Amino acid sequence: MKVRLIDLYIAFFKIGGLTFGGGYAMLPMLQREVIDKHGWATIEEVLDIYAIGQCTPGIIAVNTATMIGYRKRGVLGAIVATLGEITPSVVIITLLASVLTQVKDSVWVARAFGGIRIAVCALIVQSIITLAKKSVVDLPSILLYIASTALTFFLGVSPIAIVVLAILCGLLVGWTKRRSST
Amino acid sequence: MIFLALFWEFFKIGLFSIGGGLATLPFLYKLAETHPQWLTAAQIADMVAISESTPGPLGINMATYAGYHAAGLFGGLVATVGEVTPSVIIILIARFLENFDKNQYVGDAFWALRPTVVGLITFAGLRLLSIVVWSAGSLNLPASIAFALFVVLVLRFKKVHPLVWIALGAGAGILFNLGG
Repeated sequence: MKVRLIDLYIAFFKIGGLTFGGGYAMLPMLQREVIDKHGWATIEEVLDIYAIGQCTPGIIAVNTATMIGYRKRGVLGAIVATLGEITPSVVIITLLASVLTQVKDSVWVARAFGGIRIAVCALIVQSIITLAKKSVVDLPSILLYIASTALTFFLGVSPIAIVVLAILCGLLVGWTKRRSST
Repeated sequence: MIFLALFWEFFKIGLFSIGGGLATLPFLYKLAETHPQWLTAAQIADMVAISESTPGPLGINMATYAGYHAAGLFGGLVATVGEVTPSVIIILIARFLENFDKNQYVGDAFWALRPTVVGLITFAGLRLLSIVVWSAGSLNLPASIAFALFVVLVLRFKKVHPLVWIALGAGAGILFNLGG
């Protein structure tokens, strides 16, 4: 049976509107809507799609929505699922941003955000430690890590250039390794 | 034309941020440098807080917020659509993506990308930290102490939801006037 576009939109609207933070946090909602409720994919397929979403450019949650939408209803399905996924964010953030713009001159709001920035800083430190434990594990990765931080922070190199350089470096190292092993 | 510029800048963020969540942060900091009239580095910290405290993917929330800041309601919409457009375009080559995550060259690229992206997030973290603990050219001592305290607590109580820390930060900010 053909999947209806409105069902795709609603399912991803719910996933976008009910997960905090994206990434792994979206998996339970994704499972409930896509696997349990609609049977659009099996758990293996969803995990595959999620894995691809992680290593293609862009927001993981959006990549996942796009790919499931595409498999069910082609390009139009991909667009509809993506729009569903981003609608809650756009509505909620726009409302909040307009309220905050009106109260931003309040001394209490300014004080609160002074403290909030400090908390956010600490949360980012935590994220960096978690990520580094997984990815910065040997000499080459430590060198890449330091180079990427130093080039952007001290020399003002654009993050886009860093990403492109990293891809080229990875391809070159992989090619060299395979060449020397044959 | 600001909307076209917004779309293009966020299209690039969508195309080059790999790894989700905080991965868009370094690009936003760069954007604050190249387009200071759109957003400032200090506002990005507030955006992270708002985005962590509301539902929806972090990267999308931040795009909407930044776009709103730059050009109002329509700006938020344009920035968000710009950021997701690369994802939608990439599915046009979806057949090629079937075993994308197991492809040898993708594996090679990610061998270098993983630590590099952590490095980029560290750059964003350092930018944020320098705004928080430095004010008007000198060290903001109360803010620095509060930061050290928060880091210790956050690392000690890992399971606590980010929202709780953000709320605590707001409380501490009001009580001790940590704005600087």
